Amino acid sequence: MKKLSARRRHPLAAVVVLLLALAATGGLYAAFAPAGKAQADETAQSLAIEEGKKLYTVGCASCHGTGGQGTTDGPSLVGVGSAAVDFQVGTGRMPAQQPGAQVPKKKNIYSQAEIDQLAAYIASLGAGPITPTEKQYSPEGADIAKGGDLFRTNCAQCHNFTGEGGALTHGKYAPSLEGVSEKHIYEAMQTGPQNMPSFPDTTLPEKEKKDIIAYIKTVNGDETATPGGFALGGLGPVSEGLFGWIFGLGSLIAVAVWVAAHTAKAKKS
Amino acid sequence: MSTTTASDAKRKAPAGERVADWADGRLGIYGLAKANMRKIFPDHWSFMLGEICLYSFLIIILTGVYLTLFFHPSMNEIEYHGSYVPMQGIRMTEAYASTLDISFDVRGGLLIRQIHHWAAVVFLAGMFVHMMRVFFTGAFRKPREINWLFGFLLFVLGMFTGFTGYSLPDDLLSGTGVRFTQGAILSMPIVGTYISMFLFGGEFPGHDIIARFYSIHILLLPGIMLGLVVAHLILVFYHKHTQFPGPGRTNKNVVGMPLLPVYMAKAGGFFFLVFGVIAIISALFTINPIWALGPYRPDQVSTGAQPDWYMGFAEGLVRVMPGWEINLWGHTLVLGVLIPLVVFGIMLAAIALYPFIESWITGDKREHHLLDRPRNAPTRTALGVAWVTGYMVMLIGGGNDIFATHFHLSINSITWFVRIFFFLGPVIAFIVTKRICMGLQRRDKDKVLHGRESGIIKRLPHGEFVEIHEPLSQAQLHALTAHEQYAPAEIGPTVDENGVERKPTRTEKLRAKLSKGYYGEGNQVPKATAEEYKEITSGHGHH
Repeated sequence: MKKLSARRRHPLAAVVVLLLALAATGGLYAAFAPAGKAQADETAQSLAIEEGKKLYTVGCASCHGTGGQGTTDGPSLVGVGSAAVDFQVGTGRMPAQQPGAQVPKKKNIYSQAEIDQLAAYIASLGAGPITPTEKQYSPEGADIAKGGDLFRTNCAQCHNFTGEGGALTHGKYAPSLEGVSEKHIYEAMQTGPQNMPSFPDTTLPEKEKKDIIAYIKTVNGDETATPGGFALGGLGPVSEGLFGWIFGLGSLIAVAVWVAAHTAKAKKS
Repeated sequence: MSTTTASDAKRKAPAGERVADWADGRLGIYGLAKANMRKIFPDHWSFMLGEICLYSFLIIILTGVYLTLFFHPSMNEIEYHGSYVPMQGIRMTEAYASTLDISFDVRGGLLIRQIHHWAAVVFLAGMFVHMMRVFFTGAFRKPREINWLFGFLLFVLGMFTGFTGYSLPDDLLSGTGVRFTQGAILSMPIVGTYISMFLFGGEFPGHDIIARFYSIHILLLPGIMLGLVVAHLILVFYHKHTQFPGPGRTNKNVVGMPLLPVYMAKAGGFFFLVFGVIAIISALFTINPIWALGPYRPDQVSTGAQPDWYMGFAEGLVRVMPGWEINLWGHTLVLGVLIPLVVFGIMLAAIALYPFIESWITGDKREHHLLDRPRNAPTRTALGVAWVTGYMVMLIGGGNDIFATHFHLSINSITWFVRIFFFLGPVIAFIVTKRICMGLQRRDKDKVLHGRESGIIKRLPHGEFVEIHEPLSQAQLHALTAHEQYAPAEIGPTVDENGVERKPTRTEKLRAKLSKGYYGEGNQVPKATAEEYKEITSGHGHH
């Protein structure tokens, strides 16, 4: 003991302690870490799950836990279903860049095949909403007007009349629906991501979801006609007022200055 | 002059003269025209702000008449089968359906609608800036206080005409605004419920409100406004226009161009320019796309529901006010709405009464036809800027959700910012503005006494470097020193003619104190006197 005590101020003592601590932590982890699940049969589905798990371990496990059980940094993913994964990863929201009031959408870095694998893995953890097929979300033959009515009743409170988005409390927000794909809108309604309530088929049947998607695509899609000219963001009186002040009154004052500067003069000075 | 003798008949008068002669024989307008045709108007771009308002008002009336031809102010419910697909089969009021028809099926309807609405936005903004011009230049002083009140009434009536107008289509956005207004009415103690029931013909929304707003919007308010506009213009004629100080301009003359032909041509041309600018904007930019908003239903609401900008500060007041209420003996006093309503009234009353308050404080009862430069009335300018600051802060409050989403801020932080800065902002603005005004006055004085910095550096024989200052021209000197400076109003003699002492009343003391705030030491920079100028320019005082 005396020997050890004599060397406790050695320049390398701290390094040694650190190494010992790391070795102890690593050793303990290796000893107690949950063992891998038993090998499943080699079907395509289980292959996808296997691949998905690998992707999950790299991209998601740090917040959602190694088995999707959730941590203090991220919720449990058991039972969220493949639709939720397809939405969150497909819109680039997950993996999240940083914690905050709300996770914004960003560029998606996963291929659709990888997303499907991830979704398959999460779906294997517990039953949940399934990724919709094109037949379910395609607005083909839907009732646009009815969709508008449903949208104003269920969605406009947060997403604005035509889905331009709106503010929620403490920095949270309902995002703009402009440019969101039909599938993702469907999945969002089905799963209720982040601050959005979910609208399962018992509340909002598949047909009505299609109507809503058709309405959004009509009033806020790529080919939406704006008969009145430029829409000024579709934000209503705030942007209109700002525009009216700056460009309306502003240009009139510019004209007034011009008119006042050109006057009949007895003698040019 | 209208009788022609036989000898004169050979020589035929020119056509214009004959027309004038014909008209004068029947209307007797020669005297009127003679008196007013040569009336002088001074030229300055800021004097045309009122013209912008007048012309946009005319444009609103013209386009409004067209819209009434196609609009059905009825709340009968029908099923829409017009040409706008996303609304087909939806149940809506005739008011909303006819607005859709105006937008999509009436020839030129959408353009006229947009001109009508954009002109309204510009009209109100123009009135706001016009009022600021009159305020900051002191043009509201005697004898123009009543005209200031007329202008103020036009602004307030314009706000409510606008409100009733954008409510007519009965769309989801404006319906939300009507509901908001009903809430404000209900918050009035005792009378609120009665007024609401009377206005809506029963419970909200009822079946009457659109038809009633229609009468108010196209008849009652514009009728009063038209009368006020005429009275406003008559008073401008009667008082003659104010002018900025300058060489040859006194309190007793007006320097400028005659009404006919110069000013008439300019004003007439300006009307078409205003119409043109508003038409271009209306052709290019959407305003109030009611087809995208949907018909009003009390069970639906959208986020981002704001009134037009001129009601925005009222919206802000309600949005940032904590939802306080008092429940006593089975009655609720909704302070969360009532207080904003009262503050709304106070803020408007403050502008209406300001001319009277200022003349009481300063004791200035003389006529003024020469305008103040804002820097030469620091306290007034600072008060005006403080008011505008409070107003603008509330506009931010009214759009707090849009600011939150577009600047990635928390709506709660914005609300707290508005709550604090509604009180703090005007104080800061007052202090800063006053200091800026004083600084500008000092600079003016410096320029008068020492001239303009020319940027030319001269080396003197003994090695010193000096910058050459160019003396100002006589006209510039005049413009910088023409303003009058006032002494603060004192408390009257405290001893009467019999030698009896009296105690000055509390109001007298308050007035003297406030007056000192306007003209006391430290609240204005004594302008350069002729003696100072002489002494410095004589060469003795060179430094």
